[in-house]
Amino acid sequence: MFSKILFIGLFIYSAFAQYPSGEEILNSIDVNMSSRNRKVVSKMIIHGRRGSRTIESRSWVEGTDKSFTEYLAPAREKGTKMLKLDDRLWMYSPATDRTIQISGHMLRQSVMGSDLSYEDMMEDPKLINDYDAVVTGEKDVDGRPCWIVELTAKHADVAYHFRKIWVDKARNIPLKEDLIAKSGKLLKRMTLDNITFMNGRWYPKRFVFKDMLKSGEGTEFLVESIEFNVDIPEHLFTKAALR
Amino acid sequence: MIKFLFKGLLLDRHRSLFPILTITMGVALTVILHAWINGILGDMIDTNARFATGHVKITTRAYAENIDQMPNDLAMTGTDELISELEKDYPDWDWVQRIQFGGILDAPDESGETRSQGMAVGFAMDLFSDHSEEVERLNLSEAIIQGRTPNQSGEILISEDLAERLDVKPGDALTLLSSTMYGSMAFQNFTLAGTVRFGMAALDRGAMLIDIHDAQAALDMVDASGEILGFSPTRFYNNEEATQLTQSFNAKYAEDEDPFAPMMMRLRDQNDLASMLDYIRSMIALFISVFIMAMGMVLWNSGLIGGLRRYGEIGVRLAIGETKGHIYRSMILESVLIGMMGSILGTVAGLGLAWLLQTYGINIGNSVKDATMMMPNTFRAHITPPTYIIGFPPGIIATVIGTSLSGIGIYRRQTAQLFKELEA
Repeated sequence: MFSKILFIGLFIYSAFAQYPSGEEILNSIDVNMSSRNRKVVSKMIIHGRRGSRTIESRSWVEGTDKSFTEYLAPAREKGTKMLKLDDRLWMYSPATDRTIQISGHMLRQSVMGSDLSYEDMMEDPKLINDYDAVVTGEKDVDGRPCWIVELTAKHADVAYHFRKIWVDKARNIPLKEDLIAKSGKLLKRMTLDNITFMNGRWYPKRFVFKDMLKSGEGTEFLVESIEFNVDIPEHLFTKAALR
Repeated sequence: MIKFLFKGLLLDRHRSLFPILTITMGVALTVILHAWINGILGDMIDTNARFATGHVKITTRAYAENIDQMPNDLAMTGTDELISELEKDYPDWDWVQRIQFGGILDAPDESGETRSQGMAVGFAMDLFSDHSEEVERLNLSEAIIQGRTPNQSGEILISEDLAERLDVKPGDALTLLSSTMYGSMAFQNFTLAGTVRFGMAALDRGAMLIDIHDAQAALDMVDASGEILGFSPTRFYNNEEATQLTQSFNAKYAEDEDPFAPMMMRLRDQNDLASMLDYIRSMIALFISVFIMAMGMVLWNSGLIGGLRRYGEIGVRLAIGETKGHIYRSMILESVLIGMMGSILGTVAGLGLAWLLQTYGINIGNSVKDATMMMPNTFRAHITPPTYIIGFPPGIIATVIGTSLSGIGIYRRQTAQLFKELEA
């Protein structure tokens, strides 16, 4: 009898032991996706009901607290700059020569009519700081074996209370994410592809965001160039840099 | 005969006083209610038409689906050509472009940084063209509290309440932060020309008004607008006229499956006005029906009491040979006279009170301070030609029904028993 119980116990243990811990996976994702800071030149292609438009920008991002973005194209947006310090956001428009401070609630609004929020675009959070994770299964995505990991927020002030991510087993990078509200409503779906090995880490060069609450065909975020852990002059994260 | 009955009613007040007073009160209430509902309905229709709906409105189909969100990303393009076509096809109507938009108004300090800011709902209309009637249509000159109406591009009017919150005065600079038609950020500097108060909570909370061409430039909507409003040449909303126009316009685009094809809707199809107008009309019909029934029952009752009091009189009339039918008909005729007198007195009293409500109104500003529907803060009665006669049908019908029911007792009297009854 004892040997039977022991056998069943060992069987169950071995079945779960095949899954890595959620914490382990989040740490390995953060190693790839997150950094002390980064400088990104990107193109955002917004597919709306009336057609598509492309916005180019250059951003410097340091964790979740500091970010500076300058729009490069099209002509109407060129020269517009945004500075985010903690939960405060300033915008500068060359057409009006005005620096306008925007209240914190705007951070979860759409950037330039895209499917990304200011937080999505201007923050580089470490998942391990914000979420508890459980590996719930495995499935192939685009022919690559993935862990299915379910994340639950550790604190209330995160934009997406739940996340379900499909993590490439070999490269430790998410290939698909469902971003879910506390109510259980699916807010956004994100797919990541064109995964490239650079500076000793895997990183996606193309993100596709789809805001599930609005019409339109989603937004492609294309990474034209990215540098990790660069020297960013401190004055860039001040209001003086906006003008 | 009528003169004889009339004299009888005047001389015998017990026969006429109570029914006349009852009818007077009921008719006065009907007249006041009619004028009051008329005023509220008229004000709501007029206010909505001038500020939001027009007598008809044209948008794209996609815009119409989400009209409450002011979705300028789904706005019409090529509107100059569309306006020309409308002016050709329906030349009597006035066609105007409007853009409604949301945004943040930001007041700068000396260094150009944010000093104060607030959310505002924007209305853009043609303020400067020679042929434009928009300034008069929106009563802008009357609504000005400080400053003046804009007279050049780059000037803005905002509600007095918003100006107080932003702590700005005419001549100060303001920056609009909004979204373009394509979703990009829109920044535009304006000079505050003046402040306005329309007496409508939905606008007075935080409205900003700019010229349509300034809005088109700021929101990247050149030759585009969210809405085209049509105003009837009569200046009043006529549902049949609007229905015919709407059917005629929409038939042209019936085969077009483009979600950005234009579609026309009537005033009553917008802002939940249809259900509200129908509800109010059915309430009037219900009130008048209840009034007729209640008054009929009261007068039936008073007729029965009067019948008892006049038991002897009717007995004598039957005894001297007057037919039951003749007595019954004379009582009905009497009731018509009572109904007429009550209706005249009630109409005079009701018109007097309705005139007071028309002149002074009742301010319900506190109750509608959070309203999103366009409605005035002060509701007033409105006396129209039907108000003068609306009380007569229920006033006369109620007395006739009451007398008809109570007078049936006449036919139950037995002529053979009359003298015994009279002796008793």
